[in-house]
Amino acid sequence: MDANLVQEAIQNVNLQAIMPSLVLCGFGMVLLLVSVFSERGKTTHIAWLSIIALIITGFISLNAWNNPQAGFADSVLLDNFATFFSIICILAAGLTILMSDAYLKREGYPIGEYYPLILFTTAGAMWMASGTDLMTIFLGLEVLSVSLYVLAGFFRGQTKSNEAGLKYFFLGAFSTGFLLYGVALLYGVTGTTKLAGIAAYVRSNPDIVNLNDPNMMFIAGGLLLLTGFLFKIAAAPFHMWTPDVYQGAPTPITAFMSAGPKAAAFAALMRITIVGLEGMHADLTALLWVLAVLTMTVGNFIALSQKDLKRMLAYSSISHAGYALVGLVAWNEVGFSGILFYMLVYTFMNMGAFAVLVLVGKQGEENLTLEGLTGMGFKKPFLGIALCIFLFSLMGLPPTAGFTGKFYIFAAAIKSGYVWLAVLGVLNSAVSLYYYLRVMVFMYFKDPQEDFSWVSINAPAAISIIISLAGVLLLGILPGPVMEMAKLAGF
Amino acid sequence: MADYLLSLMTFFPLLGMLFVLFIPRDNDGLLKGFTLAVTLITFAISLPLAFDNVFAASGGMHYREFYQWINIGDFFQMNYSIGVDGISLWLVMLTTFIMPIAVLSTWKAVEKNTKGFMALLLLLETGMLGAFVSLDLFLFYIFWELMLIPMYFLIGIWGGKNRIYAAVKFFIYTAVGSLLMLVAIMFVYYYAVQAGMPAENGFGIHEFYKLDIPYNAQYWLFLAFGFSFAIKVPMFPLHTWLPDAHTEAPTAGSVILAAVLLKMGTYGYVRFAMPLFPEALPTFIPLLATLSVIGIVYASLVAMMQEDVKRLVAYSSVAHLGFVMLGIFAMNMQGLAGGMIQMISHGITTGALFLIVGFLYERRHTRLISEFGGLAHKMPIFAAIFLIITFSSIGLPGTNGFVGEFLALMGAFEAGLRWYAVVATTGVIFAAVYMLWMYQRVMFGKITNPANENLKDLSAREIVIMLPLLLFVFWIGVYPNTFFEKMNPAMEQLLGQMQSKQVAMVDVQQPTIAKLIEIK
Repeated sequence: MDANLVQEAIQNVNLQAIMPSLVLCGFGMVLLLVSVFSERGKTTHIAWLSIIALIITGFISLNAWNNPQAGFADSVLLDNFATFFSIICILAAGLTILMSDAYLKREGYPIGEYYPLILFTTAGAMWMASGTDLMTIFLGLEVLSVSLYVLAGFFRGQTKSNEAGLKYFFLGAFSTGFLLYGVALLYGVTGTTKLAGIAAYVRSNPDIVNLNDPNMMFIAGGLLLLTGFLFKIAAAPFHMWTPDVYQGAPTPITAFMSAGPKAAAFAALMRITIVGLEGMHADLTALLWVLAVLTMTVGNFIALSQKDLKRMLAYSSISHAGYALVGLVAWNEVGFSGILFYMLVYTFMNMGAFAVLVLVGKQGEENLTLEGLTGMGFKKPFLGIALCIFLFSLMGLPPTAGFTGKFYIFAAAIKSGYVWLAVLGVLNSAVSLYYYLRVMVFMYFKDPQEDFSWVSINAPAAISIIISLAGVLLLGILPGPVMEMAKLAGF
Repeated sequence: MADYLLSLMTFFPLLGMLFVLFIPRDNDGLLKGFTLAVTLITFAISLPLAFDNVFAASGGMHYREFYQWINIGDFFQMNYSIGVDGISLWLVMLTTFIMPIAVLSTWKAVEKNTKGFMALLLLLETGMLGAFVSLDLFLFYIFWELMLIPMYFLIGIWGGKNRIYAAVKFFIYTAVGSLLMLVAIMFVYYYAVQAGMPAENGFGIHEFYKLDIPYNAQYWLFLAFGFSFAIKVPMFPLHTWLPDAHTEAPTAGSVILAAVLLKMGTYGYVRFAMPLFPEALPTFIPLLATLSVIGIVYASLVAMMQEDVKRLVAYSSVAHLGFVMLGIFAMNMQGLAGGMIQMISHGITTGALFLIVGFLYERRHTRLISEFGGLAHKMPIFAAIFLIITFSSIGLPGTNGFVGEFLALMGAFEAGLRWYAVVATTGVIFAAVYMLWMYQRVMFGKITNPANENLKDLSAREIVIMLPLLLFVFWIGVYPNTFFEKMNPAMEQLLGQMQSKQVAMVDVQQPTIAKLIEIK
């Protein structure tokens, strides 16, 4: 950045535009101090304070609804789009914290820093969603990632948690390298890191994206940039880290990773492709078409053979990223809003499913396998029914939110004429039926061998399940108002 | 009241289900009694429909309700749009009528997890009724899929030895078909919007009926819809889930599966696939009619060789639905009327047969034909009822089975599906062979198996279950006009609407294929 730009940015300070994440970071730091001065092993009050922080941040975010705030030389734009994603991340963080407290005590890591780290991750996610400059997006991504690396490896005495943290860190750092290299190349060609500036440059020099004689630097930059984000959303073939990290990380963190940070990565990916790389969208959609199909197919087919539930949900999460990518391929308003809606829906159903698993697991969670759930439905009826509803939603069956979400996305594909993509998408859903149904087979169709007496339903976790249930059913039966909001938040 | 009658009827079981969830799980009697009451009240709510002469007067939709449901402007809109006409009327009545019977059949049969069983039955009833009354494709799809979930659990939890395989197979078969239909539904919607349909109409089928979709698109759309419904019917060669599901399902599940769920497929053809894509239909008629006839003959032959009574009845179901399909594809009044009445009477007859198998199973815990023999000596009332139902299944004149099969075959014969009808008629003979042979082996002769010596005849409850079914066996058999007079206007309207579109098309393209259907 040259001096003028810096000056412009300083003149353009608009705290309103970063207020939600600022408040959240403030709370995070205060809570870090609180945890220092708290008695060792006592974390419940920090959890509840974090919830309060998230609620306050949520209200501040909603303030920007239909009241977009730009600032810092247009490198931040808190519009409906950013607000919608912020709310998703806040929801995901809140649900995570609710299911975490008893879990941390059970696993023997009642450490207060856990909660501020979640708040920092959320703040980073909110920056990503509101960034309109590659640098601010990168800043958000790093805040998010660094906190997540720590959280993934949070159970420092457990090998698999260490493995998760380390693997995520190495591969994440690697993908960040790709991303930064892409930013550098784009800057080299266009002389700016602002998305709008890049788009304007392409508009005035359309030849650089003409694939017959392209500007290789620009194309390479764009692709490297995309790679970084496709890694974060776990799209195939950049999905390899997901199963190990999801399996090894503490279960609430796995839930959080698959909802909040993934939504933020989608937000950034969307803004970059839709605003910044708009000029090459014809070729991009062709590429994304392949990636979407590949992602959902890889996710679903590998999930078929999984016995470990967290691993299975990891692959399922990959396939859901594939469905969401369909909205980007469709490249119309319905699709863009569809992704927003889908991310919200996915947050509810996936967090809900993980919340049930958090409660069902024994210490060390060796029993979170298909066999481990044998007969669970009859012994713990509430958890059983809840998990069934979440699984039906993940399958995409009405009357759950998973259905309306998929409908939104695939309708967009049909609207743009991608009938075959929609057909491949629903056939993929058909494949996914099998592994989700199999969970229910073990839960209900086989006689219980254990009494599940170790499962005690604590109030916060129950609240997170009930909120998720309410979300899944409400967005499935009366999705109108929220779909309308997603429409207002889309491009 | 009449304004909300259909909604009340559809959602009353769901309301009942919510109450069931709060009944203590060990109070078996209360759970069953309450569920029975809910289904009986639902039946009572639906009764005014059966006596309403408006269906005889006009073929359009009645008891309509219309509310905006999801409205996102130019993205898409859906409405809560329901109504009933002569075609869906008797299917709705069949559903509300068969449900109390299904509940009664569980009295002795279901002992573990009664609460879940009853809740699922009620959820299933809402799904079935909703699917029959939906006039918005999106709404229809929701109810259509909603039916899967309770049935999956009914088979999987309370089913026989092989229940897991059967339940998963049932679920995946049906869901795969409907997912493709979903894509087709979205396609029709966006086509309609492009063609200038007002967005407020949502996925309403009546506006979709008016569309002039190009033949090429209709071809694929019919294929998607038809595939989905063909799985549900089920048509050969997509029928393999049915014998498994039927055999493994608990009695109440089998009764509902046979009586109502299979009708969803045939109803889907009549209500959606055929009138939405009338120009593609003639192309597929030879294929569909061939599959129907293969289904009839093949399933009859397989039924003959079954050792398990329930499996035999399941295969007879496939054959009977072949007649329904053949009648519908005749595309004339006789054929359609035959198909429609056959749907109702198949529901009654096969429902009754599954109940009978259930009675046997509750007494002996086996369904193998070879385990029985000579039961008529010990169970005279049972023998009489079983015989009547057997005759009805064969299609003896004077019983309900005859009316439907005869009309369906006659319709097909007259429509130019002559040779199909001729081959299909052999199915009637085969039916006599497998049913009577089975009856003879189970009921007649000497008691060879000592376990059958002490069998008790039907109890009062079991007789009460069978009586209403017997009533309709003879009512439809002797005076089917009660049913026809309310169906006819709707069927005439349907045929007229399809033929006017086909006539418009005949001059342009496909004249040779269109000739297969006599256009009046």
